[in-house]
Amino acid sequence: MSTSTLTRPTPPWRLRVRDGLVGLAEALTTPLVPGDYLDLISPLRAGADLRARIVSITSETADAATITLRPSRAWRGHRPGQYIRVGIDIDGVRNWRAYSLTHAPTADGTISITTKAIPEGKVSNHLVRDARPGTMVMLDQATGDFTLPAPLPEKVLFLTAGSGITPVMGMLRHYLGDLADVVHVHAAPTRSAVIFGGELRSYAAAGRIRFHEHHDDVDGILDLADLDRIVPDWHEREVWTCGPTGLLDAAEAHWAAAGLADRHHVERFRPTVIEPGEGGTVTFDRSARTIDADGGTPILDAGEDAGLLMPSGCRMGICFGCVVTLREGAVRDLRTGDLTIAEPGDDLPIQTCVNAAAGACHLDL
Amino acid sequence: MTLAPERPATAPTTPTRAVNSRLSVESATDRPQRAPKTSSSLPANPAAHLTPEQIEEIGRELDAIRAEVMDSRGAKDAAYIRKVIKTQRYLEMGSRAVLLFSGVKVKGFRPAWWLGTAGLSAAKILENMEIGHNVMHGQWDWMRDPKIHSTQWEWDNASPSKQWKHSHNELHHTFTNVLGRDNDLGYGILRVDEDQPWTLFYLFQPVWHVGNALLFEYGIAAYDLELGGYLAKRKRMSAEDKAAWRTEAMEVVAKVKRQVTRDYVVHPAMSLPTGSARTTITANLVANLVRNVWTNTVIICGHFPPGIAVFEKTSIEGETRGEWYLRQMLGSGNLTGSKAMHVMTGNLSHQIEHHLFPDMPSNRYAEIAPRIRDLMDRYDLPYVTGSLAKQSASVYWKVVQLSLPNKVEGRRRRDVVLKAARHFARTGNLGRRY
Ligand SMILES: Cc1cc2nc3c(=O)[nH]c(=O)nc-3n(C[C@H](O)[C@H](O)[C@H](O)COP(=O)(O)OP(=O)(O)OC[C@H]3O[C@@H](n4cnc5c(N)ncnc54)[C@H](O)[C@@H]3O)c2cc1C
Ligand code: FES
Repeated sequence: MSTSTLTRPTPPWRLRVRDGLVGLAEALTTPLVPGDYLDLISPLRAGADLRARIVSITSETADAATITLRPSRAWRGHRPGQYIRVGIDIDGVRNWRAYSLTHAPTADGTISITTKAIPEGKVSNHLVRDARPGTMVMLDQATGDFTLPAPLPEKVLFLTAGSGITPVMGMLRHYLGDLADVVHVHAAPTRSAVIFGGELRSYAAAGRIRFHEHHDDVDGILDLADLDRIVPDWHEREVWTCGPTGLLDAAEAHWAAAGLADRHHVERFRPTVIEPGEGGTVTFDRSARTIDADGGTPILDAGEDAGLLMPSGCRMGICFGCVVTLREGAVRDLRTGDLTIAEPGDDLPIQTCVNAAAGACHLDL
Repeated sequence: MTLAPERPATAPTTPTRAVNSRLSVESATDRPQRAPKTSSSLPANPAAHLTPEQIEEIGRELDAIRAEVMDSRGAKDAAYIRKVIKTQRYLEMGSRAVLLFSGVKVKGFRPAWWLGTAGLSAAKILENMEIGHNVMHGQWDWMRDPKIHSTQWEWDNASPSKQWKHSHNELHHTFTNVLGRDNDLGYGILRVDEDQPWTLFYLFQPVWHVGNALLFEYGIAAYDLELGGYLAKRKRMSAEDKAAWRTEAMEVVAKVKRQVTRDYVVHPAMSLPTGSARTTITANLVANLVRNVWTNTVIICGHFPPGIAVFEKTSIEGETRGEWYLRQMLGSGNLTGSKAMHVMTGNLSHQIEHHLFPDMPSNRYAEIAPRIRDLMDRYDLPYVTGSLAKQSASVYWKVVQLSLPNKVEGRRRRDVVLKAARHFARTGNLGRRY
């Protein structure tokens, strides 16, 4: 968290000298910028883009690991419970995914995320099994409002399942000493699959939290009706829920039915699910137009037919003169059948002349 | 549609509307097959023996090669381009640092000048060729790294990347070697094919050619701006078009100003403390000239050497992807050489492969070259290739030869030239066609 408000303002002559030096450096390096050269030498320096170097990877369970990162000087800190977007190169291609921050307050400025490998998951498996310390990754600043308010609530319930434990772990590691009354209900397939199981059990043993473990393989799926038994005072508690969609939907319904929806805070790891199909609506965000496009028509043609001014060139996929940013949605390359899927925040440039809609799309045009 | 084999593609096979014919290798049944018209310097149309089915088959084979390579792009390729960029930046920084001492004499000789100038020339060549040209082609867009992306890249050249991408990627690569459509064919100032009409202007083209090579980056900028067209048509242009042209021209001027200031003012000023300002200016000047002449030499070898076909405008109407591929193969020529030579040419030494797949990462052209050559051999198509010395000498010779009107039975070339000269003396018009 920031302390910069306390630093004294820089005197104007120094600002002018600094601007002059920046201008000189820019004149020396045009058409690049000085940072393009400095990045080679010191990629984590002040003024560099936000990125981080992987410091270590520690396994937590058979399929989860904690990745500790040293962020560049641009890192502005976070509030526990928030997440970051990480951009990591896999097979040469940059992939962005969101991960909640799990580290305790650290003296050395490192931060960490904890990832659970999901079946077929590209980034999660890479992080857990293949990534190596020393690798550079790109970051976005921390964001999200799955955080504890100030002042801290008297009575708290954390309801988590699987990898959904991560944002809660970030909160516990920061606020454990300040939270008076915490109940944590966590579901995982087995005892050994509980991420941070040892640490949470030790907190419970020390009487600092009440930790209820639910093992699906033994106990079956967690039924929220059981809360009456497990946490009899659940309706008096401010609750933070994170886990698979099924649990989140059930919990939302549960608290809504009790008229306590405003006490219920949810973090969704899969906010939007993009299911590619055949054709779909294409929304041109800046032009505020939505059209129907079929799966065999390049978006360039569909857009032009609807009277939109589309950038274009060769119309055959070789000049990249038609590239537009896909903000969200799925498109299919008409030459190869390959799909490109963009989740919100991905902002993928696509060639409209060889791509057709494969589901609802939003374009930055 | 053109689906590469063995793909789980579900795109419908019949689009609801007619899209660009070049998206398909299959030829429409109602389209008359037109053979490419080839340069009269060739004995016959080199593709005349091919049936439409064979051309479709060529298209399919090339699509399959493309898919195979594009699918196998990966960490090694990404590491390659990053390494080239890193090497180039260190080489440039190092050379510029050395040039801070370029004026220092050791035994009557300036070692720092020679070293720095050589390094800076190589750095500028790498930056323009293996990096700039290829990044702006979108060869590395698949990495999704905004720092190495065609939409973001700006290069060390007078022409702003946006304008260059339009004239190069879009016009030149789509209309390769089509007379009247591909302005790269002689850059509007050279007659490189007998089918380009002769005018008195071309009599001096050896001079234009050398001048263009020396000032190539400015030639390219003027050409990307379509300066010639603007000067010729400006009286008939709408106010809007003129304003648009002026905006682009101002972009070029602004960029040239920044580049010139960097090379001839700011870096020399940094060298003042060692008394090396003047030598830093000459070093930058030489590096820019070397880069200009080198890039020009490589590029003219790509399309102008003998044996390479040119095409008539009408031959490309409704052309299929197979036919487009064919035109790319017949309209380009390669250079032989070492690995270092390929890198320094930006792999334009694999001009044929580059023209077939302009967005394929350049480090992969060498690997597909034998397969392309084999395909062309099988279909009895000429795969033009030769050393840089041989190919560039042939272009220079052609420029000299074609500075004169074509040889035609019953007319003496000297008479044509004299007639054109008299016409020029009377009217001041250099551009009359003979
Ligand atoms: C705000 C936020 C915070 C997150 N925090 C964490 C965290 O702390 N730890 C963590 O491990 N993950 C977290 N995630 C999920 C993470 O961003 C990735 O979605 C997850 O790692 C899967 O990515 P992948 O590349 O491995 O899977 P992909 O290759 O993208 O997908 C493989 C398959 O899994 C499905 N899938 C994708 N994402 C999920 C998902 N989240 N759950 C179930 N199925 C999915 C896909 O539809 C596909 O079928 C968070 C997500 C969000 C939005
Ligand atoms: S218009 Fe040329 S790549 Fe799309």
